[in-house]
Amino acid sequence: MSLMHISSPHVHKPVTSVEQVMKQVLLATLPGVAVLTWFFGPGTLVNIIFGSMLAMGFEAWALWLRGKDVKSPLKDHSVIVTATLLCIALPPYAPWWLIVVGIGVSVLLGKHVFGGLGYNPFNPAMVGYVVLLVSFPLQMSSWTEPRGIGEVPGLLDALTALFAPASYDGVTAATPLDLFRQNAGMLFDDLMTSKAELAGPIAGIGWDLVNLAFLAGGIWLLRQRIFTWHAPVGMLGALTLCALLGFDEGSSTGGGSVTFHLFSGATMFGAFFIITDPVSSAVSNRGRLIFGAGVGVLVYLIRVNGNYPDAVAFGVLLLNFAAPFIDQYTQPQVYGTKKIEVDE
Amino acid sequence: MSTQSYRQITHNGLWKNNPALVQLLGLCPLLAVTASVVNAMGLAAATLFVLVTSNLCVSLIRNVVTESIRLPAFVLIIAAAVTGTELLMQAYAYELYQILGIFLPLITTNCVILGRADAFAAKNPVAPALADGFMMGMGFGLVLVVLGAIRELLGTGAVLANMDLLFGPMAANWTIVLADDYPGLLLAILPPGAFIITGLLIAAKNVIDTRIEDARRAETTVEVGSKRVRVTGEIA
Repeated sequence: MSLMHISSPHVHKPVTSVEQVMKQVLLATLPGVAVLTWFFGPGTLVNIIFGSMLAMGFEAWALWLRGKDVKSPLKDHSVIVTATLLCIALPPYAPWWLIVVGIGVSVLLGKHVFGGLGYNPFNPAMVGYVVLLVSFPLQMSSWTEPRGIGEVPGLLDALTALFAPASYDGVTAATPLDLFRQNAGMLFDDLMTSKAELAGPIAGIGWDLVNLAFLAGGIWLLRQRIFTWHAPVGMLGALTLCALLGFDEGSSTGGGSVTFHLFSGATMFGAFFIITDPVSSAVSNRGRLIFGAGVGVLVYLIRVNGNYPDAVAFGVLLLNFAAPFIDQYTQPQVYGTKKIEVDE
Repeated sequence: MSTQSYRQITHNGLWKNNPALVQLLGLCPLLAVTASVVNAMGLAAATLFVLVTSNLCVSLIRNVVTESIRLPAFVLIIAAAVTGTELLMQAYAYELYQILGIFLPLITTNCVILGRADAFAAKNPVAPALADGFMMGMGFGLVLVVLGAIRELLGTGAVLANMDLLFGPMAANWTIVLADDYPGLLLAILPPGAFIITGLLIAAKNVIDTRIEDARRAETTVEVGSKRVRVTGEIA
């Protein structure tokens, strides 16, 4: 009956352009951002808006400096994704200069120095984050108390903290991961019951739901086929295995139980939004599995033995270094060819 | 090589063949001690002194030492010069000597010095060898000081702190504080900052070179037919 002949491939929803992918990633961060805003107030939201505007500015400036077309790369939203990911990772109620430095480093040194979108060997958002974490440890560890424990700041507080940091009088509190770092000598059950921050249904109050929300966003992205399951499964699997091996059910030296590790800090956010970056991670599926597992092991090791409470950014950057090496040894075999033994 | 004029030697040492920005030699001290201007100046002065002395001695003995044992001989000369520098710094700038620590004796292994000894001093008479040593040392030192200034400024918000370590008590208040409640970009003081800023300096040098080259090319472009028309006077 039909006179129309459509040849293969019969793809229903082709998500091919960079712009569409970036839009979906932004959409997928919404549940996580919403939960963060519920528990910690509008700080993260204000950061994201301010950071995105800055990022557009830096991107335009960098493109102009490089003598490139300024308009069309700005339309693909990739720089907004970078800014959003960085601002989600930053503590809410950060001063403006912290965000300026972070976004500037991300866009200029993380991305454009290497040749712009698609050429960066490192995840730009994590480059910015690590530069800030190494340079400004005080400001980078100032998380506020979650709703239910302390008072959640309002929009006015958020704007004051951003633009007039000197006159902002905020309350900072230890995150669940900080608590584990500071109370390494306590028994696990004692620690979990003695601190109000740790009394959440799964892990720490607020943080477990934040992680669940990012997990939900990530699973939606997975269903949209924005990325494959390999890297997140690799990372979460490795972290689970390490936590299983390290946790003795009694002391808090192993950094807590498996669920605590999986639903604390930046675990889910890192697993679904950071290590799935198609540019800076490994190329093949097997490579991505190894890439994710490497990040997972490093996150566990640095959380338990390192100087920093969380380690997703460090793990990702170190594995970014290793990605070309992983690619070299996980090159998929071309169908119908035999493996060639190379004599060294 | 021996046909290089002093002008060329100067241009090579300070810019065109700069040890730090073009040859990328001696990166270890370059990155390790440039956290502040005073450290950078101390190391720059020590390297300059060693470079001039070693170039002088190597040039003097260049016709006596045979090809096969030249490198050990050069290294011995350099080591002697370094030991002398170390003793001098110990005597006149003891605190700086302590700050620079292992990087003073390590000047012996600085590739700039052995490189210049073998590539230039061993093939040239004393005067050009001295000039080359001085200019290469200056080129290296300038980069050290610029890097030190940028890192100190970004890292602490002030420059020229603790200059009394090098210039005596009169330099104690040379510090220029540019921002009072500056939070301090710790990264600039740490080794990764040194790598990043060195990379940016190299990029800046390349940009300037490209601009100069473009300007020169634009100047020398001759309009079609213009040479034919102009028969008197000088062609610009």
